[in-house]
Amino acid sequence: MAVSAARIATRRFSNSAFVAFCYFVTAIALVFLAAVLWTLILKGVAGMSPDIFTMDTPPAGSRGGLRNAVVGSAMLCALAMAIALVVGILAGTWLAEYAGDSRYGSAVRFINDILLSAPSILIGLFIWYLLVANVFHHFTGYAGSVALALIAVPVIARTTEDVLRLQPTSLRESGVALGTPFWTVIRTILWRASTGGILTGALLAFSRISGETAPLLFTALNNQYLSSMNEQVANLPVVMFNDALSAYDDLQRLAWAAALIVSTAVLGVIIVARILTREQRSS
Amino acid sequence: MNTMAPDAFDVSVARIADRPVKLDVQELDFYYGKTHSLKGVSIPFAEKAVTALIGPSGCGKSTLLRTLNRMYALYPGQRATGKIILDGEDILRPGVNLSMLRARIGMVFQKPTPFPMSIYDNVAFGVRLYESLSKAEMDARVEESLRRAALWDEVKDQLPASGLGLSGGQQQRLCVARGIAVKPEILLLDEPTSALDPISSAKLEETVTQLKADYTIVIVTHNLQQAARVSNYTGFMYLGELVEFGATDEMFTKPATKRASDYITGRFG
Repeated sequence: MAVSAARIATRRFSNSAFVAFCYFVTAIALVFLAAVLWTLILKGVAGMSPDIFTMDTPPAGSRGGLRNAVVGSAMLCALAMAIALVVGILAGTWLAEYAGDSRYGSAVRFINDILLSAPSILIGLFIWYLLVANVFHHFTGYAGSVALALIAVPVIARTTEDVLRLQPTSLRESGVALGTPFWTVIRTILWRASTGGILTGALLAFSRISGETAPLLFTALNNQYLSSMNEQVANLPVVMFNDALSAYDDLQRLAWAAALIVSTAVLGVIIVARILTREQRSS
Repeated sequence: MNTMAPDAFDVSVARIADRPVKLDVQELDFYYGKTHSLKGVSIPFAEKAVTALIGPSGCGKSTLLRTLNRMYALYPGQRATGKIILDGEDILRPGVNLSMLRARIGMVFQKPTPFPMSIYDNVAFGVRLYESLSKAEMDARVEESLRRAALWDEVKDQLPASGLGLSGGQQQRLCVARGIAVKPEILLLDEPTSALDPISSAKLEETVTQLKADYTIVIVTHNLQQAARVSNYTGFMYLGELVEFGATDEMFTKPATKRASDYITGRFG
């Protein structure tokens, strides 16, 4: 039987149509991404000034910068990531290596997945009730960090579990075969083999919390000056939220600058981490 | 039972006359959950000799190997009954310190499993768990182990490089070096050359041949020529039972059972 030329032509046509469609859809996504980035860079750079990193957030109409918000965001995120890394990695490790298919393990996995998609404002409200209303009795940076950590933990736990499960059984067994206690195998072999994946999870979590506003409105709130963690702590997302909605041009410019700083910081951290893991792998 | 019948080799009388027995498996049954996968296996492993376990896939040879260092204990639902006597002590009884046991019984797996660290650290890894050596002593131990695994000449200039960068055959010899660095008494090899090319396999066999002067070695293999080349004794397994056991040259020239004879001559398996 001969090959049907018409069939081949049809197939070739539908193939190129599909490829063209894929390109088209990708282009749509990229156009919007580019538009967002372009606006961000254009307006953000316009809002930049030497005062940004040297002066604190001003009232409308006066000179000011974002120093307190930058420092505050760094403190909040650093503490949140410290908490989330410890809890998230340990929880993910437990889920991957010890929980198995046990009922308790499945329950934890299920709840973790729910937490992964929980609205952040709900988490803010929860921490407000738990810590602000009942423990500290005032807005505080600590509550802010705990709220952010609660958002980061499920992301890190999930990715940690996933990358550990990707490690071959024979790697675990060859560690154990040397007489290594299982917990030592996890710490010295499995975690090391999974560093790249765990780091990716940590970065995802960091980029997620670095722009979170809702939970901070309920917890760390905002401030006009450099403060300790035990007070209200200024932070970039809330400054952005307040200033962008204000009627004043100078405050709106400051909000754009804040947005640019957050985006650049996230991008910078991701790039540095990628370079570090690449070097580690090639060595 | 008529012991002269070709399929009735009495494995319970399979003893080793010419060498002391290091590890003695007696009436071993093994279960994966409800699956009964080893049935009353009794087999002696001679000291400072190589014993090969052969048989078709699924016959239980790897399972037997994994009971010898109690690797199966990692998994709930897997259990073994019977006795495995190591130097007069039953290693299946409860309360045995598994870490100490596994330090005495090294294992190399089918696929190379280098740890994600430098070549040097791969070899030093197990040693650091049990001994505190000075830098010079550790250097010497690493070199000695790599030499014995016939890998030293190929890696001596790149010890700080990652073990993951080596070829498959080199990685497997690295795993052997890592296993013998802790100075075990027994070495278990689970199809160690099945993932290797012929040249790497030959090198690994060479290594095994040299190691048997000091170690009790048990090797599971699908490669009958390999079993014939490296081993002193051979156990033929089928469907979870040890069908025949004996000196390798006898087993391969005049097997006592029809099953073993058919398998060795390539009629099945």
